[in-house]
Amino acid sequence: MVPLSWSILLGVVLFVIGAAGVLLRRNILVVLMSLELLLNSVNINFIAFGRYYADFRGQIFAIFVIAITAAEVAVALGILVALVRNKSTLKVDDVTMMKG
Amino acid sequence: MDQGFFLLFATVSVITALTVVLARNPVHSALALMACFLHISAIFVLLEAPLLAVIQIFVYVGAIMVLFLFVIMMIDMREAVVQRFLPGGNLPALALLALLGVEMLVLVLWSDRFSATEPVARRGGDEIRQLSTTLFADYLLPFEVASVILLAALVGAIVLARKEWE
Repeated sequence: MVPLSWSILLGVVLFVIGAAGVLLRRNILVVLMSLELLLNSVNINFIAFGRYYADFRGQIFAIFVIAITAAEVAVALGILVALVRNKSTLKVDDVTMMKG
Repeated sequence: MDQGFFLLFATVSVITALTVVLARNPVHSALALMACFLHISAIFVLLEAPLLAVIQIFVYVGAIMVLFLFVIMMIDMREAVVQRFLPGGNLPALALLALLGVEMLVLVLWSDRFSATEPVARRGGDEIRQLSTTLFADYLLPFEVASVILLAALVGAIVLARKEWE
């Protein structure tokens, strides 16, 4: 069987990679994809701990995380389409309309 | 056997995740992310959560990534691929990431409670049935709230992406 620490280490590595994508990339679409990666790495931890303690709550939390992620992506891509229609840019550092 | 498969899937998912962040073309990022999600769902199967693996493939690979690819097709990406990373000083972000990664790795490797191989408890019987009983009995209110959130997101996405009325 797989040790618990392996799953946690995989979650850590994927989380750091996703955070790097969120912090460093310039393209809004890639930032959103890295956000998906972050949420998925957390799901790995939920399921690994749920299996280790034989508790279904880990899987149930993962289901809720997936549902909220679907809602978040739909709204985020809607905002993105509206943004591109109004401003025609995909660079994170060009979107400063709300900067006081 | 299990450990070999886990290492294989974990390696491929990490490599594809790196491809997501490093790829120049957003279409390549999206395809790499799709491969990454497929391998993570295989890891879910290894972690004895087959229902989550199927949900992962349906929702992420089937719905979310198709949404991403549709948006990539709708938007002209040609000028966006010139510069990959944010211009200027990325040093604070890199330092923050290194700190975060090292901290989590040290905390996980330092403790010996995570090295256990066998689960502390065993669950028996029909797992899917028990899971759904827990979901629809104990967590009924969060389930309903999640459905309302999905409805609100649906309406919000339609309103946001719609053309303005003339």
